[in-house]
Amino acid sequence: MNNTDSTAPRTLAQKLIARAAGRDHVAVGEIVNCQVDLAMFHDSSGPRRLKPMLEELGATIWDKSKVVLVMDHYVPEQDDESRRIVRIARDWAREQALPHVYDSIGICHVVLPEKGHIRPGMFCVGGDSHSPTGGAFGAYMFGIGATEMVGVVVTGQLWVRVPQTLRMVWRNRLPAGLTAKDMMLHMIGRSGMNGGQYQAVEFCGEAVTALSMQERMTMSNLSAEMGAQTGLIAPDATTQAWLAERGVIVDDVSHWCTDPGANTVDDDFDAATLVPQVAAPHSPANTDGVQAFTDVAVQIAYIGACTGAKLDDLRAAAQVLRGHRIAAGVRLMVAPASQVDQERAEQEGVMAALRDAGAEVFATACGACSGYGGGIPEGVNVIATTARNFKGRMGSATAQVYLASPYTVAASALRGYVSDPREVLP
Amino acid sequence: MTGSAASTATDGHRVWKFGDDIDTDVLAPGAYMKLGVEGIAPHCLEAVRPEFADQVRPGDVLVAGTNFGIGSSREQAPAALVYLGVRAVIAPSYSGLFFRNAFNLGLLLLTCARAGELADGESVMLDLQALTVTSAAGVLLPCEPIPDFLLDMVAAGGLLNQLRQRMANS
Repeated sequence: MNNTDSTAPRTLAQKLIARAAGRDHVAVGEIVNCQVDLAMFHDSSGPRRLKPMLEELGATIWDKSKVVLVMDHYVPEQDDESRRIVRIARDWAREQALPHVYDSIGICHVVLPEKGHIRPGMFCVGGDSHSPTGGAFGAYMFGIGATEMVGVVVTGQLWVRVPQTLRMVWRNRLPAGLTAKDMMLHMIGRSGMNGGQYQAVEFCGEAVTALSMQERMTMSNLSAEMGAQTGLIAPDATTQAWLAERGVIVDDVSHWCTDPGANTVDDDFDAATLVPQVAAPHSPANTDGVQAFTDVAVQIAYIGACTGAKLDDLRAAAQVLRGHRIAAGVRLMVAPASQVDQERAEQEGVMAALRDAGAEVFATACGACSGYGGGIPEGVNVIATTARNFKGRMGSATAQVYLASPYTVAASALRGYVSDPREVLP
Repeated sequence: MTGSAASTATDGHRVWKFGDDIDTDVLAPGAYMKLGVEGIAPHCLEAVRPEFADQVRPGDVLVAGTNFGIGSSREQAPAALVYLGVRAVIAPSYSGLFFRNAFNLGLLLLTCARAGELADGESVMLDLQALTVTSAAGVLLPCEPIPDFLLDMVAAGGLLNQLRQRMANS
């Protein structure tokens, strides 16, 4: 495990950290200093916290070209406090002449790769716990707090303990109506919310390789809910093609992989036998097959968040709802993850299908997922495509929030109670 | 270890006991995230112990179950505990992200497999050199080693103070 022999097989995590640390090899458990290739923060974790600390230190940003600011948490502004927070971000961005600022066009974890900022091999940090989303592209990315972000912004460096790699090996293919969200809820249910032990989780196997880029992003995104530091997927032709569509050309990526024989702890899963998963209140690890919850009536179905409102998620929901109306007494709230995804969904007729079914469409922002913007009343049952159902998370202490895939959320909206999407899919 | 302030044993730390999986939304509820730490701290842990923020005293310690601090990257979670004067958290395991944030803010986290043996309200002794917790009954509970640079960070009062010193020296 602590082998530093130059010919020893290495994990993808070891290769990524070694590159960032300027070393040939790094051993599991060793603490190393890494050069940061990209630091992302948003209106909540960023300027309002960084600006006063930087001013107090009299420090400047180490490299503005490596900083990305996304306004997504408090937009659209709903009250004086959120207006103040967003104004601080906008003023600071102007003052600092930051070259990469994305204001109200989508959620940071989706906007970042959409704009070509994430490439295989990078070492990145984000001021948000769902930053491991970048792992879907074969980048070592994880979340840090605002004070640590000040350290990064001033020095361009960050310490990391070289993680063990926990491989989640998924055999076979997912059946129709199943998604990366179901795979993740199943794994989180099995391992618990800290099963990842702040190590590197790597998703692999036939079912993972077959996933679209956005589905892979959902997997890496939710590795935060397993307590992993990052959630990696080795980049391949799917990654290259997706990036090329967005103007990012990456040559050979085949070396960004875990070598055969590298020291990993493996867990084995069969995608073919997976059933739709639902996480009951108040933990993403409180997971069971959808059939265990079909007596639960729902009043709100929420399709939103970086986890569950990307184009592929919207398409899945539309597949269930096209040509139907949601049940009486149910509110279907849709907040697409980015404007680019929403526009594509409009062009494809996906948004029309959702609206015709009775969906109310909200801004492309974090919205009700983080509970910052309100919107979820007290005492209701919610089924959501989001990542977290902690007590009070969506802003209501008494709401019962169930987590599921966009297929399952759409099917539940259709029937008015938690439903297995395979029973309603055309 | 250069942090000499972190190497003394101190007594009289009152225990506030909590269960497993205390998350960042319980420590720093989303509804108050628009406010500064002084506005968030009064609501810290209110979902599980409404009297906590009002009655906790500087020097008190939190004793919790596994996975303390799971959830968000918001450092207002450890910041609220620092603001309330919590001296240390003692638990068998932490969220890795919370672990980083806590030390960055100067909050000491002791990883102690036997934390569950401590009782709510009892007074414990901390020895940061030996990394032990001693219960009121005199039972010595060992904690896992902490890298020196993190102990230094706690002794300095957090990463920001260290950066300040570094800026002053450069």
